[in-house]
Amino acid sequence: MGCTTSTSRVAESPQAELNPPPAGDRPGLGWWTAGAVRAGKLVAGLSRWAGRGSGSIIGGRVTLALDPSALRRLAAGRRVVLVSGTNGKTTTSHMLAAALSTLGEVAHNASGSNMADGAVAALSDRPDARWAVLEVDELHLASVARRCDPAAVVLLNLTRDQLDRAAEVRKTAAAIGAALTTLPGTTVFANADDPMTVWAAGHAAGPVVWAGAGSEWRADSLTCPRCGRLLVEVSTRWQCGCGLARPEPSWWLDGDLVRGADSATPLSLGLPGAVNRANALMALAAAHHELVTPARASDAISRLSSVAGRYAAVTRGPHTLRLLLAKNPAGWAATLSMLDTPRPLVVAVNAREADGRDTSWLWDVDFGALGERPIAAAGEHAADVGVRLSYAGLDHHTDPDPLVALDRLPAGEVDVVANYTAFFALQQRLGADR
Amino acid sequence: MGTDSTITIGLLLPDVLGTYSDSGNATVLAQRLRWRGIPAEVLRCTAAQPPPTGCDIYLLGGGEDTAQLFAASWLRSHRTLCRALDTSGVTLAVCAGLQILGHTMADADGRDHPGAGLLDITTRPRRRRAIGNIVTECHLPGVGQLCGFENHRGATTLGSAARPLGLVVSGVGNGDRPFGRAGAEGVVNDRIIGTYLHGPVLARNPALADYILARATGADLPPIELPDQAALRDTYL
Repeated sequence: MGCTTSTSRVAESPQAELNPPPAGDRPGLGWWTAGAVRAGKLVAGLSRWAGRGSGSIIGGRVTLALDPSALRRLAAGRRVVLVSGTNGKTTTSHMLAAALSTLGEVAHNASGSNMADGAVAALSDRPDARWAVLEVDELHLASVARRCDPAAVVLLNLTRDQLDRAAEVRKTAAAIGAALTTLPGTTVFANADDPMTVWAAGHAAGPVVWAGAGSEWRADSLTCPRCGRLLVEVSTRWQCGCGLARPEPSWWLDGDLVRGADSATPLSLGLPGAVNRANALMALAAAHHELVTPARASDAISRLSSVAGRYAAVTRGPHTLRLLLAKNPAGWAATLSMLDTPRPLVVAVNAREADGRDTSWLWDVDFGALGERPIAAAGEHAADVGVRLSYAGLDHHTDPDPLVALDRLPAGEVDVVANYTAFFALQQRLGADR
Repeated sequence: MGTDSTITIGLLLPDVLGTYSDSGNATVLAQRLRWRGIPAEVLRCTAAQPPPTGCDIYLLGGGEDTAQLFAASWLRSHRTLCRALDTSGVTLAVCAGLQILGHTMADADGRDHPGAGLLDITTRPRRRRAIGNIVTECHLPGVGQLCGFENHRGATTLGSAARPLGLVVSGVGNGDRPFGRAGAEGVVNDRIIGTYLHGPVLARNPALADYILARATGADLPPIELPDQAALRDTYL
């Protein structure tokens, strides 16, 4: 199916297709699934009691082990919206959950446990919620979507990340596209400015709503995802000789305004950066599909000032830290513009399984743009960061322990940019130290 | 070396063969020259431009399968560039960049596609993708052990006119040997060094970077002490 034709299939009247199930009218779980859910919650509770995190992953795993159909049964009868893509999943899902919470209870994997087990835990925790907003790892979107039969899928962007796991960006896009072909009842909200996302969403059997969310990182789709030829770009429009082209968005940003077909809504975000305006755009479009007006959604979103610990200010001794998560070149490209000069900076990088074992991506980050400021290289792969900074011509000091690295920075405000496991490890320690 | 003292580094197709961050090799080479007071210039040559042919060093990186086939046909359509790689300068080609310099490479369906034919190698798909850290013993004089990250599905077989770049210590490498036998990694001839190592390879292995720079400048280069470099190598070796 040609992607350019999909705009015509935009749902014209979401009201017509929306029929939120009344509470108590959902199919029952059945005694076996209900037991599996209880067992999962028990284990999650024990895990929390033992101080081993939120317990959502282990709890969800136990439930799924006892009843592999648990996700399908827990999702049945709810309005499920899945949020996926390489960057912005957690923030966008928090925004969307805030918007949908104006309607009623929302089940949400707020901590960012974004595989099937995290989805199961979120749905188990809120058995009566009519809506569910689930952020889903892009490599697991196909399998979760097939089981959830979602009302909508929000697809933010697809760029290089953890290539040791994903092998190729294009393969990830192809797997998502294949899943979307099997979901005729799902409306897809997709970023019109990212060719890889457009190619994936273009496979959808259901309607696609395009949003002009922009793309600060284009290095993974300079060639056509469909045929491999060079894409031609004029201003923000891109196209290929094979017919793949930027679809006309029905939602777009105009400065701090979100514009839709018949609305212009001011954003007043507590979260920094152009990338969060783009995330808000996607959240407003998807919320509109669930009958939340853009004005109401924008108001709910404006109250977020941190998301799962990201953007949060934490005081530690003489330092006030702002914690940011960036785990790949596209995420860093978006983060660089948030780092005020000349605020000191800690860059913490690990290379565990959840981070991707290969640190090569550090070389696609434009560290030279940081300019003169006190910088610390930290994390289990502090040496990789340090070598990268040296080649970017940046003076720095290095210590694998981010808090030791921090101690050598001047007092006052400090930005900390960490990748996945480095971020959570630091968050946990700061929580304990406070 | 060109008529003036500036060393030119031609970074070929960073837009098509940039997925695995091998463009960092250009950063490493240029910076190591500048630190020694030698002017360096990186020419980023994207697919839409006519490629430069008078560079001292050429670099090719890794890319996705579809992009790789595009890169192979791009290279074959630029005969002057192929001649330049064959007869002048020094070339470092990584992963897909290595494969497209060979005679043929097969896609996932087993169909053969022609490469530039500058290296006596052919590449077939492996059953399983080779992913992970890799260490090799490099055959180039003075280079020693190489560490890097491999992420490829190619099994590359060397012809009689090709020599391997090194011997695999841990990891897969060219992956054309039966399971359990120490295999070859990469390929080298008079002017071209091919390898599967990302990292980027020159960031993790400054000795290989300096080997290339010594070839390109014809000069004896003083060593560079870089903070964190020893700790980085300790992480991987």
